[in-house]
Amino acid sequence: MERNQTRRQIAGMRQSLFDQGLVDEQFVQLEELQDDANPNFVEEVATLYYRDSSRLIQNLDQALEKSPLDFNKLDNYMHQLKGSSSSIGAKKVKAECTHFKEYCRTANREGCMRSFQQLKKEYALLKKKLEAYFQMARQAGPSNATCRPK
Amino acid sequence: MAPQQQFHVLAVDDSIIDRKLIERLLKTSSYQVTVVDSGSKALEFLGLNEDEQMDQDVSSVLPSDHEQDLEVNLIITDYWMPGMTGYELLRKIKQSKSLKDIPVVIMSSENVPSRINRCLKEGAEEFFLKPVQMSDVNKLKPHLLRGRAMEDEPIINKIEATLEVI
Repeated sequence: MERNQTRRQIAGMRQSLFDQGLVDEQFVQLEELQDDANPNFVEEVATLYYRDSSRLIQNLDQALEKSPLDFNKLDNYMHQLKGSSSSIGAKKVKAECTHFKEYCRTANREGCMRSFQQLKKEYALLKKKLEAYFQMARQAGPSNATCRPK
Repeated sequence: MAPQQQFHVLAVDDSIIDRKLIERLLKTSSYQVTVVDSGSKALEFLGLNEDEQMDQDVSSVLPSDHEQDLEVNLIITDYWMPGMTGYELLRKIKQSKSLKDIPVVIMSSENVPSRINRCLKEGAEEFFLKPVQMSDVNKLKPHLLRGRAMEDEPIINKIEATLEVI
């Protein structure tokens, strides 16, 4: 009985990722690449994403402290972050990357600053939700990813 | 008939996430996969130094530090990479006698028609928009099969010539 409850909880957490616009169709594409031989594929991709993103966010933080701003460099970092966000299906983060890039294009310092703060918020929220989701999924055991008759 | 060897795809991307993704997609399609993070590493793997072109007539290249014959049947590369772009890598491959017949596919996160046209003109077989999906990888099969058919061509021609005489 408890197992079913956990499963429902996991399904609910997963659904809310979509309902809240945190992830998009690409996330489903990643899920479909999971199988018995690669049961943790999505979580593995997410782990790489956190690592890569925190590196890029740190670079952006540092670059945004400079004066004058090197908009080319900023755009470059954001291009990378946008790319990886897109690959994992991080919908809101990707959208904020696009905003930031637009501010770079128009050399809008204030816009960049504001956008970056928002991006960091979105990223933190996504990371928190994903980590909770994967932890729950792992607790339910490996059969959560694929339906395996007992 | 002897069982066909697995197709071997060389993937090139500077993004660690995209490397993991393309590797998984290709392995799901039962391809043998080698993944590198730059154009220069790709050329190194292919046995081609950046500044020189090989004059060998062989269609398969034997990388020096591999024990077995690791023929590459297709190269899939990201467009924008620091150092050497995917376009520059494509050009070097097409300019190389030994590598020019290997089909090359370009991936890019940006939908820029002039960029796409330039790559196709330079000899790229396909241009995939990122994030690359299974439906894109499914498009690789015809290019791989065609490459294998071309390898078998001399034999087929011989058979045909023989049949004509009969």
